[in-house]
Amino acid sequence: MVDLTINTDVARQILTGFIRSEVTRVGYSRAVVGLSGGIDSALSCVLAVEALGAENVLAVMMPYKTSNRDSLEHAGLLIEQLQLPNKTIEITAMVDPLFDLDPEISKLRKGNIMARERMIVLYDQSEVFKGLVIGTSNKTEILLGYSTQFGDAASAMNPLGDLYKTQLRQLSRAMNIPAPIMDKPPSADLWQGQTDEGELGFTYEQVDQLLYLMVDHRYSPQECVEAGFDEKFVDLVLKRIRRHQFKRMQPPIAKISNRTVGYDFLYLRDWGT
Amino acid sequence: MKLNLALAQIATKLGDVESNLEKHLNYIKQAKDQKADLVVFPELSLTGYVLQDLVASVAHQPTEDDPVFKHLLEASHDLDLVVGFVDEDDRHRFFIASAYLSGGRALHVHHKVYLPTYGLFDEGRFFAWGDKIRSFETRFGRVGLLICEDFWHASPPYLLWLDGADIMLFSSASPGRGLTDKEKLESARWVERVSKAYASMFTSFVVHCNRVGYEDGLLFWGGATVNDPNGELLAQGPYFEEALTVVELDLNQLRRTRARLPLLRDERTALVQKELDRILTRGRSNH
Repeated sequence: MVDLTINTDVARQILTGFIRSEVTRVGYSRAVVGLSGGIDSALSCVLAVEALGAENVLAVMMPYKTSNRDSLEHAGLLIEQLQLPNKTIEITAMVDPLFDLDPEISKLRKGNIMARERMIVLYDQSEVFKGLVIGTSNKTEILLGYSTQFGDAASAMNPLGDLYKTQLRQLSRAMNIPAPIMDKPPSADLWQGQTDEGELGFTYEQVDQLLYLMVDHRYSPQECVEAGFDEKFVDLVLKRIRRHQFKRMQPPIAKISNRTVGYDFLYLRDWGT
Repeated sequence: MKLNLALAQIATKLGDVESNLEKHLNYIKQAKDQKADLVVFPELSLTGYVLQDLVASVAHQPTEDDPVFKHLLEASHDLDLVVGFVDEDDRHRFFIASAYLSGGRALHVHHKVYLPTYGLFDEGRFFAWGDKIRSFETRFGRVGLLICEDFWHASPPYLLWLDGADIMLFSSASPGRGLTDKEKLESARWVERVSKAYASMFTSFVVHCNRVGYEDGLLFWGGATVNDPNGELLAQGPYFEEALTVVELDLNQLRRTRARLPLLRDERTALVQKELDRILTRGRSNH
């Protein structure tokens, strides 16, 4: 059994410090989080509140007409617990006209459109509230590419991106995320009955253990098999990681000049701050 | 003899030397108010760490006519200073450097000899490699300076020891990494372990000052330490926060420890030289 346990006190300190630092060093004091009712955005929200104070964190809920009712209700639990400023902006009227243009539109396309519409709303609220958008993508989904590019993957900073789902659950427990949010099966809620684990074909617990060996401990695929993982599973996960590298990168720029952004024009984002 | 030592584990602004200088002068004033004789700042304390293409624009020279160093040299009349900066030599090579300033002069400048260029590190791409490991005289006895990766290798502290250093001043910009169920990050545990080991094996004072603050997603963990010649921890700064940790070193401890444990006396340097010579010239290793 691979042990992914983290010291949640240290994680909490590092991640809240990160949010505070990245928000305040560019002259801001506030943040915006899209609250879905799931565990990831709940944790981002709690961390942002601890970093900046509840009055400085705007929770935005963006349901679609078919969204699970529980989602809104669970987001409400957290808002109540933290006494958060919040807004509900339904995206149905924004995305339905686009869906209607093509009767053949697939579930996947609809899901991507909804994720990107939520990004638009969130960045617009970022301007209204004068707060930076806090990301909610975890390490498991970043590695597996289980996200919509320029949709839920978009943010100004991401405190969760180096935490596997399993670790994120551990930290959420330590930070008193309401039980109904903790206990329900993870879902992007883009269509009815969708669950992450159903769609991926394996559980987070299984894949996190494998990813932890492969990525964090640099196990070769063969060593993962020797450690007890099914060869097909190892192969599937490895292919998924490779196939989704594009989602983890800025689009490549074709080099023509002597100095090109991304290749030899190199500065951190925190340049000068 | 007593040495009142101050460790200034500060956060820096990336590429903003003027603002970092101001912070140095503030901390120097605080250290002076607490009667410190020597204040040690972290690696690249005047510039920030992940400099990349900023390197050339933040370089300075530790001379009186340098607009940054003139203030620090002036401050060094009151107490000795170790500061981290980018040094540019006459032929425009850029080094990660630490300067020991005292009485208005730079007594010594160390250029980092090991530039980590692996994992999250890319120093070898932007900096020139130092090529000297020397100890030097101060009013507190012989001292040696090393910078971060320098002391991840065993040979630089060993050479300083043989070159007479009784006080080793290490500075770092060490990004925190490796969170497990333990209370300390893996990177912190590693550095604390080797600092203690060097102090024990070399029966010397080993001082480590690491910076704090974030640069993008990297968090520098701080936790400055002082170990005495018995390998005992004398003081430790907090993790993740700026702090000035002041501690008095009783330099007579060197004598008491070495009277009990004559590791320096018994070190067989001629044997080391002979075997090194054999290993390096006649093969047998992977180098």
